[in-house]
Amino acid sequence: MSVVNDRSQPMDDVDVSPGNVAPVTDGVEKPERARDLVFEIRDGSVRYGSNLAVTDVSFDVGAREITAIIGPSGCGKSTFLRCLNRMNDFIPGAKVEGRITYHGEDLYDSKVDAAEVRRRIGMVFQKPNPFPKSIFDNVAYGPRINRYKGNVAELVEQALTRAALWDEVKDKLKKSAYTLSGGQQQRLCIARTLAVEPDVVLMDEPCSALDPIATSRIEDLMVELKQEFTIVIVTHNMQQAARVSDMTAFFTTDVADDASRVGRLVEFDRTHTIFTSPSDQRTEGYITGRFG
Amino acid sequence: MSAVMTPSPPAPPSPPARGSVSSSTASPWRRAKSAAASFLIVASLVVALVPLVLIVGYVIVRGIDSISWAFLTDDIPILSRSEGPGMGPAVVGTLLITGAATVMAVPLGILGGIYLNEYSARSALGRAVSFLAEVMTGVPSIVMGLFIYSIWVLRYGVSGFAGALALACLMLPVVIRTTEETLKLVPSDMRESAYALGGRKAGTILRVVLPAAAPGIVSGALLAVARAAGETAPLLFTILTVNQTNTNLFHGPNTTLSVQIFRNAQQVFPGPQERAWGAALTLIAIVFIFTLLARGLSAVFARKHRV
Amino acid sequence: MAIDTALPPTPAPGHLGGARPPGRTTDRAFRILAFAAGFLVLVILVLIAYSTISKAWPAFRDEGLDYFTSDTWDPAHAAFGTLAFSFGTLVISVIALLVSVPISIGIALFVTELSPRWMRRPIVTLVDLLAAVPSVVYGLWGLLVLVPALPGFYQDWHDLFAGVPVLGGLFDGDPIAGKAFMTAGLILAIMITPIITAVTRETFTTVPQAQKDAALAMGATRWEMIRAAVFPHSRSGMTAAILIGLGRAMGETIAVALVIGSSPQITEKLFSSGDALPAVIVNQFGESTGTYQAALIGMGVVLFFLTLIIGVIARTALARADRKLGAP
Repeated sequence: MSVVNDRSQPMDDVDVSPGNVAPVTDGVEKPERARDLVFEIRDGSVRYGSNLAVTDVSFDVGAREITAIIGPSGCGKSTFLRCLNRMNDFIPGAKVEGRITYHGEDLYDSKVDAAEVRRRIGMVFQKPNPFPKSIFDNVAYGPRINRYKGNVAELVEQALTRAALWDEVKDKLKKSAYTLSGGQQQRLCIARTLAVEPDVVLMDEPCSALDPIATSRIEDLMVELKQEFTIVIVTHNMQQAARVSDMTAFFTTDVADDASRVGRLVEFDRTHTIFTSPSDQRTEGYITGRFG
Repeated sequence: MSAVMTPSPPAPPSPPARGSVSSSTASPWRRAKSAAASFLIVASLVVALVPLVLIVGYVIVRGIDSISWAFLTDDIPILSRSEGPGMGPAVVGTLLITGAATVMAVPLGILGGIYLNEYSARSALGRAVSFLAEVMTGVPSIVMGLFIYSIWVLRYGVSGFAGALALACLMLPVVIRTTEETLKLVPSDMRESAYALGGRKAGTILRVVLPAAAPGIVSGALLAVARAAGETAPLLFTILTVNQTNTNLFHGPNTTLSVQIFRNAQQVFPGPQERAWGAALTLIAIVFIFTLLARGLSAVFARKHRV
Repeated sequence: MAIDTALPPTPAPGHLGGARPPGRTTDRAFRILAFAAGFLVLVILVLIAYSTISKAWPAFRDEGLDYFTSDTWDPAHAAFGTLAFSFGTLVISVIALLVSVPISIGIALFVTELSPRWMRRPIVTLVDLLAAVPSVVYGLWGLLVLVPALPGFYQDWHDLFAGVPVLGGLFDGDPIAGKAFMTAGLILAIMITPIITAVTRETFTTVPQAQKDAALAMGATRWEMIRAAVFPHSRSGMTAAILIGLGRAMGETIAVALVIGSSPQITEKLFSSGDALPAVIVNQFGESTGTYQAALIGMGVVLFFLTLIIGVIARTALARADRKLGAP
């Protein structure tokens, strides 16, 4: 546990910094104050060329918690999520400002190897996107490219089991991943992510292409995975955020005078607080369905 | 076409009969024009397909009698006017030279296509290279022959390899462009999910993107091979000709089916002409097999990516 | 749930970079390799220009402008004027385009506007097979089948138009033979039809259905719809298709060499034999040396730059067609 305390040290420093992270300070006074912090985000912004897409984002992500990012469409929640494992590197002109640290290390430091970042911080996408390979090869892909030395077959079974898919596919591992249903494909994508033994799993509206039954299976899965992994999920489904997450960040869109839209963080707090007594009326408006 | 049909102005439209759509409001003249156009359109298709049937049919009828195992393997008669088989050296030469050109052009072309689509899609240089590769597909094959003659044959002499170089120059831009076009169709989320697993760019391209695009790329390569196998002009002065099989790609003159067809067609004696027809049938068979294979593969690719 | 697996390793400080990460070198090497392969296109084009011009230089130097403007080609007396060959190339290319363009547009219209869906693929395949037939096979068929059959046909054609101004002069020969400008032009027409068809068809398929529907909804007949919606939309694409066909026709060597008759002359009589740039190169290269050979390579230089210019114009037109559609 001493490690945890060490980690919380730098956080105390930033607590005094100004900004709209006051709710976090509230949280810190609660019994679980010794949160093991995975991400610390301070004044994060994303620009595309000269366009500001998201700004004023500051919050922390604790280990083995599910943090939900909610907000109306176009508020930049997915854009921001992609900053957390440097997926925005591939978008020409995209630029991240502010400070995002991962276990205390600046993610955007020039010495950081982005591929290694993405190995530690996996991502599950909106649309299930398995490779056009067999079920087995989909899961084995990550370990193979990361030069996994152990028994790949064992690892594949383990990952599929963790993703609650093993029983359904164990007899057809050699079949194409495209033979699976949408919900199964998404769990396969989760298994594929787990197989590289990540630390964090980012999920970008993972259920938006799925039916309610498949959605509830994925939600159950998230809650189970929380025991081992840190999860950050973007969702536009407020019930989903309320059901699964521990912490919730609410983003909204500001329309500037020149009609350009900028997303920003409005409020970050424990999910229960956000949904029962939000401190910002924009949050309240959104969750009660009055706007967005 | 239109000039023929527009001379007289259309008659003023008569008021349409209310309530009835069974009689067209279009004047008979307009309808006749449209029907005539449809007829000409169908006729143009027929006109184009007649030569295909005539040529392929003629080659089959004239060539089928010549084809035999001996024809495909025996040496070419030293006295060109004599009758009988064979075309062995030309069959071997075609396979060797086209094969060598393929080995050079296909990997380089795929790499070039990867550069254009995966690394430089937005850069000015990338756009310029893509544009010039497209233009290069229109450079006449005889120019490639003169080019290789100038930089290679004058220094190192004729050889099958010189011919292969010329063919490779013809194939390269074709493979580059089809690879680029095929890679464009691979959905970007496939690349993203590989990166999200910690993959690097090279590994992602080689292990995820290329396999997904493989049928399309192979189909493009097969078309390039088919085209190269039938080429004659760039080979005439880079490989010359021989009557015995020359399996040494790097030394001495060589020959191919296409070159033999060209030489024998100009002979007035029946023997060489028969051999030309036989060689033509062999060549067409090779080329059509590659072409149809390519079309089949691209159909597979299209089906896979429609979802 | 098997939870007995080790938790993710606790990251050590400096864990995200620092020491050279595996795979980065391969990554860079692959990038350089791919770049080199792409760059090769530029290298080859520059090398073609440089090497052929330098080998052709003696002829350009000795002949000066005469190389392009004189029609005296007499290797024995070191006279290398190529005008007659350029003329022949021009004539047969124009014949080929006049015959092929309407047919190609017709086929493209058939496939995109008229044919039942199930017929499209087979037709496209058949037309592509026409492109797959090697040019030497066209030459063989042209020489051994078409050339013997044509004189009678040319004679009838000649008699039909005798006395008609212009046409009477064009449809004439001296003597009327099977090997002629017209023969080469007709063979070329068959050979370039698939490529013109393919480019035109691609352009026609990009015509928005909404525009076609709009024309039909106003009571247009099918042909009126084609003229109102399809053609105006496809102008750049059709221009490009014609230019690409022209480039092919000018560069085609073997089939032309076998059926054109190999006699350099500038005449308006299309049924008489002539010669064309690429045909001269293959027919005479074997016996050439010195300036003679330089003059032949010079024709390659002319062909290279002509087709390059035509190609650039054609692809620019195509790019414009794409842009109009808002394609990236």
